[in-house]
Amino acid sequence: MKEELFISGRDIPYIDPYLNIWHWEIPVYLFLGGLAAGIMFFAGYFTIMRKEKEMKATVVYAPFLVPFALILGLIALFLDLKHQLYFWRLYTTIRLESPMSWGAWTLMFVTPLSMIWAASYMKEAFPRWDWKFKFIDQIIDFFIEYRKAMAWAMMILAVILGVYTGILLSAFNARPLWNTSILGPLFLVSGMSTGLAAIIWMSKSKYERKVLSRLDLIFIAVELFLIIHLFMGFLAASEVQIEAAQLFLGGEFTVVFWVFVIILGLIFPAILEILELRGFHIPIWIPSLLILIGGLMFRYVIVEAGQITRYLY
Amino acid sequence: MRYAMAIDTKKCVGCGDCVVACQTENNVPHGYCRDWIVESVVGSYPNVEIEIRSERCNHCDNAPCVRCCPTGASHIVEGGIVKVTHDECIGCGACIQSCPYDARYSHPDGYVDKCTFCDHRLEKGQNPACVDVCPTFCLYFGDIEDPNSDVSKALKNRNWKVLAPEAGTKPQLYFLT
Repeated sequence: MKEELFISGRDIPYIDPYLNIWHWEIPVYLFLGGLAAGIMFFAGYFTIMRKEKEMKATVVYAPFLVPFALILGLIALFLDLKHQLYFWRLYTTIRLESPMSWGAWTLMFVTPLSMIWAASYMKEAFPRWDWKFKFIDQIIDFFIEYRKAMAWAMMILAVILGVYTGILLSAFNARPLWNTSILGPLFLVSGMSTGLAAIIWMSKSKYERKVLSRLDLIFIAVELFLIIHLFMGFLAASEVQIEAAQLFLGGEFTVVFWVFVIILGLIFPAILEILELRGFHIPIWIPSLLILIGGLMFRYVIVEAGQITRYLY
Repeated sequence: MRYAMAIDTKKCVGCGDCVVACQTENNVPHGYCRDWIVESVVGSYPNVEIEIRSERCNHCDNAPCVRCCPTGASHIVEGGIVKVTHDECIGCGACIQSCPYDARYSHPDGYVDKCTFCDHRLEKGQNPACVDVCPTFCLYFGDIEDPNSDVSKALKNRNWKVLAPEAGTKPQLYFLT
């Protein structure tokens, strides 16, 4: 038996065996960042594949969500900072070793790009839209000409954004649950899947929904595969990571993770999507909403559980 | 030049003077601390072993907190001391998450704060406040590269360990056992 106590606790209430300093803001941001990355990736992809006509929701309508998602995400990030007036310090330096610095700079490019993309489709989405000033029309005409280049930039930045949401956590070696390189691809795939779910919800074309549902099924399968590998990796690793995995295999996060994230957030919507593809009539918002909630829960659980795991000495 | 500290777990009685000295010297806000004492009990009665450790920032050679800081507020100064520039810190908490020793805390003013090995005292040729105040003389401080420093001499004749060496941070607090 081993027991460790703080005995210098006299009048030091803020001394804590583990420091849980990230709350709802971080998972909300990670979710919105992943969602934005997913939508942007497919908007870029189907533009490059010249499918703008068939994939209207993917290329035109869903990207309107992206600036809002990113701005809400940025607000959440800002709220999380404890020394808020100094946030601009992020942009006076580039730290290659710090994922958070990468993320801050990626957002700096992604957010304006998503706004320009949405603006370039403004007239298509809202036929009565008028920019009021002629020079705005001219600027937007310029961007419309370079849409293909923007599509490539969006795809690449979306992948960086999606991977970064996971790498942000995996860079912390003091939190064994996060300290696994599989978290980057896992969060990317999960972000893609939530992005697809949002687009499917918005789409009115049967053809488009079919294409996207098939893609989504692939991403869900890859995500489940990566989650299995995550746990295989933990159980084959050192003591601290075995203990981290135990939080989900009988520990306090077991029910929330397996029921809400895996079953209701991945497997059940996947079954609904398969049934839909087989010709059953299923209200499209049900699988989409489940995937979105599952994605948010997934990030919430990982952020909360990760802060409990620590090195023991 | 590489500052390090050795803590004699056989001599430490856990009185907490180092904690209070640090709070006073560094004006640590009420309710927080930069160093703390852990009592580690192994076994069950009658075969019990107690180890008392005065812990603080390990001023790691391979400091994860410095690596993950997005603004460069966390940095390493001469002698290997890990410091935080308060008005570069945005309070994102990345360094707190990355520290295996939980050595950092969020100051009520927003920035992240931690042990500095009392570098303002080192400049004057003094020892850190915790070292000078210790009534059992169980803390040894100095340049670990100098074989005649207090810390080098303390490590020479005793067994010692560092905390969580598997974290790969190359910590510079040595616990004499």
